[in-house]
Amino acid sequence: MDLNLTAEESAFRDELHGWLAANAPQDWNEWREKPLDESFSYLRAWQRKLHEGRWAAVSWPKEYGGRSATLMQQALFWEEMARVDAPPMVNALGLGLIGPTIIACGTDAQKERYIRKILSAEEIWCQGFSEPNAGSDLAGLQTEARLDGDHYIVNGQKVWTSYGSFGDWCELVVRTDPGVAKHKGLTVLLVDMKSPGVEVRPLRQMTGESEFSELFFRDVRVPAENTLGKVNDGWNVAMSTLMYERGSYGARLHLIFKRFITRLIELARTVQRNGRPAAEDPLIRQKLAQLSAEIEIMRFNQMRAFSRITATGVPGPEGSLQKIFWSELNQRLQQIAQELLGSYGQLLGGDPHAIDNGIWSYAYLRTRGNTIEAGTSEVQRNIIGHFVLGLPRSY
Amino acid sequence: MQFGLTESQEFLKNSARQFFAGECPSAEMRRLMATDTAYDAVLWSKLADQGYTGIIYPEAYGGVSLGKVELMLLLEEAGRALLPGPFFSTVVLAGSVLDAVGTPAHKKQYLEPICKGEVRSTVAILEAGASWNLQDIQLGASNGKLNGEKLFVPDAAVADFLIVIARNGIFLVNAEARGLTISPMSGMDLTRKLYVVRFNNTPVEEIGPNLDLARALDISTAALAAELVGGMQRTLDVTVEYAKTRKQFGKPIGMFQAVQHQCADMYLETESSRSAVYYAGWALEENAPDAATAVSIAKMYCSDAARTVGNRGIQIHGGMGFTWENDLHLYYRRAKASETAFGDATFHRERIASMVIDSGSVSAKSA
Repeated sequence: MDLNLTAEESAFRDELHGWLAANAPQDWNEWREKPLDESFSYLRAWQRKLHEGRWAAVSWPKEYGGRSATLMQQALFWEEMARVDAPPMVNALGLGLIGPTIIACGTDAQKERYIRKILSAEEIWCQGFSEPNAGSDLAGLQTEARLDGDHYIVNGQKVWTSYGSFGDWCELVVRTDPGVAKHKGLTVLLVDMKSPGVEVRPLRQMTGESEFSELFFRDVRVPAENTLGKVNDGWNVAMSTLMYERGSYGARLHLIFKRFITRLIELARTVQRNGRPAAEDPLIRQKLAQLSAEIEIMRFNQMRAFSRITATGVPGPEGSLQKIFWSELNQRLQQIAQELLGSYGQLLGGDPHAIDNGIWSYAYLRTRGNTIEAGTSEVQRNIIGHFVLGLPRSY
Repeated sequence: MQFGLTESQEFLKNSARQFFAGECPSAEMRRLMATDTAYDAVLWSKLADQGYTGIIYPEAYGGVSLGKVELMLLLEEAGRALLPGPFFSTVVLAGSVLDAVGTPAHKKQYLEPICKGEVRSTVAILEAGASWNLQDIQLGASNGKLNGEKLFVPDAAVADFLIVIARNGIFLVNAEARGLTISPMSGMDLTRKLYVVRFNNTPVEEIGPNLDLARALDISTAALAAELVGGMQRTLDVTVEYAKTRKQFGKPIGMFQAVQHQCADMYLETESSRSAVYYAGWALEENAPDAATAVSIAKMYCSDAARTVGNRGIQIHGGMGFTWENDLHLYYRRAKASETAFGDATFHRERIASMVIDSGSVSAKSA
């Protein structure tokens, strides 16, 4: 056990630090609050710049435009990005999930065709997994693809698709063999979102914004060569994507949560409670201390998991622990923010009395999604129960 | 950066696990628990043969000079076996106080026999107020004598000498000293005995001023949290095993999500406790600026987690979990006693608050 940075890790961080100092945009605050359709080209340009510096996908192998970064270096990357408050990368799904899956499961021709444009944000990717009747029970999905000559004909509906309105391409999981057990008849297709028969409808969520879309496919023709991995092996392809999701999702959260708690402590010094600053109120102090401690433990858990994955080579089901930990912690954090802010906590952005332009009311509502998206807490506990603890499958 | 155990750390942990499984299985633990002191001379000499009694202390005093992470690993395994007797009191508590505040002569005289397994000792801290805040200590020595009493002193009856924390210094009292009486308190934890220690014009030897005690207490606090991690792991293991084999409604109860999800939460709480304890051990070893905060984070989290893991373990065992024959309650009793020892979660949250709210911010060593 040695938590000091190695020489390679320090060099990696210093190089990134220097690059960000010269290249990170200074005007992100002016764009941050705007809807994604307005800031999209700004964010696309930022990712292109990262790509030119070879920083867009540090985890990818060098031959595909990455840096073959270790997990610790990836963690350093996200920490540095958060430290300078860099804008997000607009092709997040392509970089984090779909690109790695194409590199792992794709043909040489597919890698040649898609990888570079994922890096440069020239083509934005979305992910067509969930359906109205297949959420946690993903293997029950019904969108079907029927082979017709050298094309598949796709019919069905997807939901909760991030970046759906901006997607040029979609990693789509479809049913190609309805005659076998449900997870055995699935295939992953790479679908051009401009194909005739694809319709995208924004889905309005409880925060009022639209981060997600519904996708409708009506007799959409997809070339058979766009199959990712083997036909009817789509479950394994999709699962490898989800492992990436659970493996790398949490790396940047520590600094984001830390920014929240630091701001809450600042606010506690000014908010009055029982005639004195809330920061002097014993109960508030207990709650802020509990949050501070859990935010650190979240990071310790992550560092331990990274070390374990580095030793074993693959992200394992233990990622479910991180997912439960950060999502439920974020909900507690936002609840305590509400308690601290009292009546002001409810005020929405734009209200002249709102604190921090309403981010606390927004975050409070948004965190309800944290324990649902990317695998509900219930599914994560099933994964721990079955795959980590070896208990019999409960469903 | 590498937050995993090294090969030699893995080796130490595994060999400690095997040692405790072989030398202190459940039956032996229960036999010792039923004695007055829970101390066994034969077991003690075996602990010394392993080098465990001198694990973190300098070779010059007969120790083996391992680090604080190694100490955490050893205590984790001791906690898994619910090791009874004065190991924690002697080696961790008295040893770390002597190591921190003793002169070389004191260390030669008192720490060395601890390392060699020749003596038992303990540290008397709490008084009637039961406060873990050292500023609340009232007992003071005058003219080289102590008068008054200390409460909740672990393993005092088998101590060859006691270290007494007084308001005006740290003092050493020989077990044979005049005017010293030691009488048992009936505590919930049957494997770690507690005592009232009374001084009546008892002659004492001063071993140091109060100043440097914080670090020794931080080491002990983290080590106690490590014991709790071992207890949680044991509780989790036996509970998962039970959930796989116990059948109701024709199925293993571990198939029911109401049971399975509790097991998942036990896993989450146990692993998170372990992360916090290992980090605290590393921070103490490196003298990291956040070491004291890291210790409080670990003790705070483990204090609460050990109780909830115990709650869930007993609940999942159903009626079996409520029987005397099942070991779960013995771990649960230890967890409750250790929850308050060296400050409960509320105490450490306030300590964290004073560090993160009143003076700057908590920061783990930044990647």
